[in-house]
Amino acid sequence: MHEVSICEALLDQLTSLAAQQGWPRLRRVWVRLGLLSGVVPDALEFAFAAMATGTPAEGAELLLENEPGHFDCAVCGELELERMDFTCPQCGGALQLLRAGRDLWLSGVEPMPS
Amino acid sequence: MCENCGCESPDPFQVHAGPDAGAAAHSHMPAHGHDSAPVTGWHAHPAENGSVTWHHHGDAAPRPLLDANQRAADLNRCYFRDHGILALNLVSSPGAGKTTLLKTTLERLHPHIGCAVVVGDLETQADAEALRPTGAPVIQITTGTVCHLDARMVAAAVARLPHTGLRLLFIENVGNLVCPASFDLGEAHRIVLLATTEGENKPLKYPPIFHGARAVVITKTDLAEPAGFRVELARQAITQVAPQAEVLTLSSRNGDGLDTWVAFLDRLLQAFDPRG
Repeated sequence: MHEVSICEALLDQLTSLAAQQGWPRLRRVWVRLGLLSGVVPDALEFAFAAMATGTPAEGAELLLENEPGHFDCAVCGELELERMDFTCPQCGGALQLLRAGRDLWLSGVEPMPS
Repeated sequence: MCENCGCESPDPFQVHAGPDAGAAAHSHMPAHGHDSAPVTGWHAHPAENGSVTWHHHGDAAPRPLLDANQRAADLNRCYFRDHGILALNLVSSPGAGKTTLLKTTLERLHPHIGCAVVVGDLETQADAEALRPTGAPVIQITTGTVCHLDARMVAAAVARLPHTGLRLLFIENVGNLVCPASFDLGEAHRIVLLATTEGENKPLKYPPIFHGARAVVITKTDLAEPAGFRVELARQAITQVAPQAEVLTLSSRNGDGLDTWVAFLDRLLQAFDPRG
């Protein structure tokens, strides 16, 4: 359960970004996460909704996007998948996880139109 | 320099008003981490209803959201290197045999190689008390409700350790296969223990902790048969999730595989170059 500290970092970034750009409120926020980030989406959404109160992100919609990981299939070769899966979607064979991201990033914002 | 417009602005969120309002507006975000990474721009997509969506492609961002721990971990890594200390992060689910393996390991190694232990638990000093008779210095961190060690806790504990002759530091993480995966401690290697009583498919269920591990140690091999644990299946699962990991098998109770484990540690020490 480290979603709370992640959420603090996210809200810090959003608050300074909104102040810099003169955005009083944000409508939507995108966060991109690596397949190995270990973040539970529900927990992050819950933390965001609770902790955004009083910040420009209050009431904003949080959209999570998975950063694809790289897998290897003995038959089909290297492929990118947006979810952790060890079965090849093309041939049903076993997959090897080659690499995937561990971190997560603020990847987009939509200010509330004035 | 911004690749989109060629300007030299250091302001990561600078907005350029383009001739056709909106279309040329973009901002600059410094790419993180890699020295040669280009500065990647955020850009704006104006929509007909007047709203604007700002985003960037790839991994350009103000900074990754787990950055605070990563910085502390990087400092630890430098510190360990400067002091010639090989640090190993031992992780597993609760009861996989970390403390028992450490006790046996210290009894064999500590007389010859300066070892120390930092051990994390939610409560009690039990693990530290179990390890102290080996003679190796042990610092217990009780994390309270925190389910993992982080880099700052480790830095504070290491500061309390006597450093004379210290070459090998074992960090025994809180028993948990989930949260410790997200917290780099600055160790040279992560080593995951998997007990035969846990089943063969743990690596497939908990990829973040297994992926990138230097080694996976299958413990309690004396219980493999009664538990119906098939080592070959476990090896397959480990290869899928952590293709680079070395797989060792041992039993701290009957001593099987301990020579190989100690030889493995010795190899890590030989390969560890504090100046590298």
